Amino acid sequence: MTKIDVHHVTRVEGHGNISVDLEKGKILKCQLAIVEAPRFFEAMLRGRHYDETIIVSSRICGICSVGHQLAALRAIEDAFNVKISEQEKCLRRLLNCGEFFESHVLHIYFLAMPDFKGVKSIFPLAKTNKDVVVHALNLKRFGHYIGGVIGGRLIHSTATDVKAMSKLPTKKELEEVLKRLHEAKEELKQGVSILKGLKFPAFERETEYISLQKKGVYASLEGNIYSSDVGEIPYKNYRDVVNEYIVDYATAKRAKHNRASYMVGALARFNNNGQWLSDDAKQIAQDLGLKSPCYNAYLNTVAQFVELVHVADDSIAAAKSLLNMDLKLEERSLTVTPGSGVGAVEVPRGTLYHEYVFNEKGIVTDANCVIPTGQNVNNIEEDFKALLPSISKKSQKEITLLLEMLVRAYDPCISCSAHMLDVEFV
Amino acid sequence: MSKKPKVAFFDFTCCEGCQLCAVDLTPEQLFDLLALVDIVEFREVMTDKAESYDIAFIEGSISRKPDEERIKDIRARSKLLVTLGACSTIAGVNALRNFYPDDELLRLVYPGHPEINHTTIARGVSEVVKVDAMIPGCPIDTDEFLRVVRDLLLGKKPEIPTYPVCVECKMNENTCVYEKGIYCLGPVIRAGCHAICPSNGGYCFGCRGVIPKANIESMKEVLQKHNLSAAAALDKFKLFLERDKEIFPDDKN
Repeated sequence: MTKIDVHHVTRVEGHGNISVDLEKGKILKCQLAIVEAPRFFEAMLRGRHYDETIIVSSRICGICSVGHQLAALRAIEDAFNVKISEQEKCLRRLLNCGEFFESHVLHIYFLAMPDFKGVKSIFPLAKTNKDVVVHALNLKRFGHYIGGVIGGRLIHSTATDVKAMSKLPTKKELEEVLKRLHEAKEELKQGVSILKGLKFPAFERETEYISLQKKGVYASLEGNIYSSDVGEIPYKNYRDVVNEYIVDYATAKRAKHNRASYMVGALARFNNNGQWLSDDAKQIAQDLGLKSPCYNAYLNTVAQFVELVHVADDSIAAAKSLLNMDLKLEERSLTVTPGSGVGAVEVPRGTLYHEYVFNEKGIVTDANCVIPTGQNVNNIEEDFKALLPSISKKSQKEITLLLEMLVRAYDPCISCSAHMLDVEFV
Repeated sequence: MSKKPKVAFFDFTCCEGCQLCAVDLTPEQLFDLLALVDIVEFREVMTDKAESYDIAFIEGSISRKPDEERIKDIRARSKLLVTLGACSTIAGVNALRNFYPDDELLRLVYPGHPEINHTTIARGVSEVVKVDAMIPGCPIDTDEFLRVVRDLLLGKKPEIPTYPVCVECKMNENTCVYEKGIYCLGPVIRAGCHAICPSNGGYCFGCRGVIPKANIESMKEVLQKHNLSAAAALDKFKLFLERDKEIFPDDKN
């Protein structure tokens, strides 16, 4: 009989527990419980003015704060039928680039990599693999840098505003951004050999992959929903996709669509939209042996790395566009109309939905935020069930590590989802 | 065995953005820090745990009954305890929930969930245990974090500004936000953020907390001068400052 009980899984964002009970290879219990303190954001947003949804919802999560701001903005724009300028679109792409670098780099090098190196954190690597630590910090700080230029700061950006970005980069700053984007791409090339050295566990389970999709682009800030099972679904119908429900052993809401579970995030996007990655990102995917469709959730980490190359290329294009524009502070005027709006955006961990109902004064009367990690929890549990029979003869320590690594591969963002992580072998 | 001070990071109810700011370091800064201290516990980026700490940094508000026991336990095992960010220093945005009764909150967000028995109002850490120093802000300013760490390692009491955001805002030569007809809490909020929000086209919504001896009367005069209602200003205080609600301007102004 093997009991695994990991209380507060480490090296993930937020608090969650793994609880597994195995007897002669039979699974008696298999849970991933998100136990983060409830945050009540949907309630706290009620009664707030529409322009404050950006300030408040940003605080749902430090690592996805840009994504929450952009989802809130998209929802407001949807509700009040606002069209955004090409300038604003390009600035948002650059700000989003900052978040993808900070978040993906933190996950790949700080949270996931120590397992492959047999250490408990990145800190011991400062002595044994100093060049890797410097490489990781350079990439992570690049995310903070670009967030600073565009948003004042990356975490809880101060320039994101319903009236369009309240701060503009200078031409000199944009030229520097462009130069540093090329440097970041060179730094990523160094990363290919590091990623090649990581031996990912063999495991396959096909599932439903859900992401945004907009034909011709690797969708991030606009598009409809795409399911690998049923195809395109209008973004407004997100509730038909997520079907949120709660379980009594966790504070994170869960989701399911066409089967017991579905997956969102870098691997889902790669499987659904990989044909629209930049040429260099496609080349790096090939170099790293990542082929679409890929059914090994452990390789989500590799898909994240491939996305960084794409995001850098996309940002180079955005920065060049901005350099060709005569940038002016925009003062969009919004006409408040009572009703609801939905914002759907791709954030590092998957598709994020915000929906608000506004009254005639633009005050929030109802709010709903559906977070990527909440959507992935069922899929992680289904992966556990598929994986456990094949590893049940291993030691408890080995099983625990493989389960923890699987959870980490999803890069769960528990602060966000508590609306996650401890492995509990009970 | 190393004699370096043992430093730990703990998170309670929060977004964990301040931890990210604390490790937003250049390689040189990180290697210098690791030469001076041993980071012994930091769940978000480490698996290791330790028995006692020289400096414990606390991120997040106390908002559940089990949190209260946990923070008391950490306090008992720590020589110095320092708050990291608005949630632990002043309860921050979490305290917005204090305006709602528990049953309404749970009915709205988690209908029928057993979590109801654990949830309390959101409080800052100093409302539960003794705090030796604080690093305010949502999120923290990384340079201020490094200054506080340096002072603590030198055995000095860390100093953070006691003057308002307006001072830094004026040094940045910004047009006063009030001149644009927008509410700003800068006159009564603790500086140290380089007035980052008003300097980037925003306004101060008070994430660093109210300064000692805040001149609310003078702020009311500013509101009157610009023909802005105190009631609407009061509503802005609600975003981060519920724990300071006794100083809110009343809405009879």
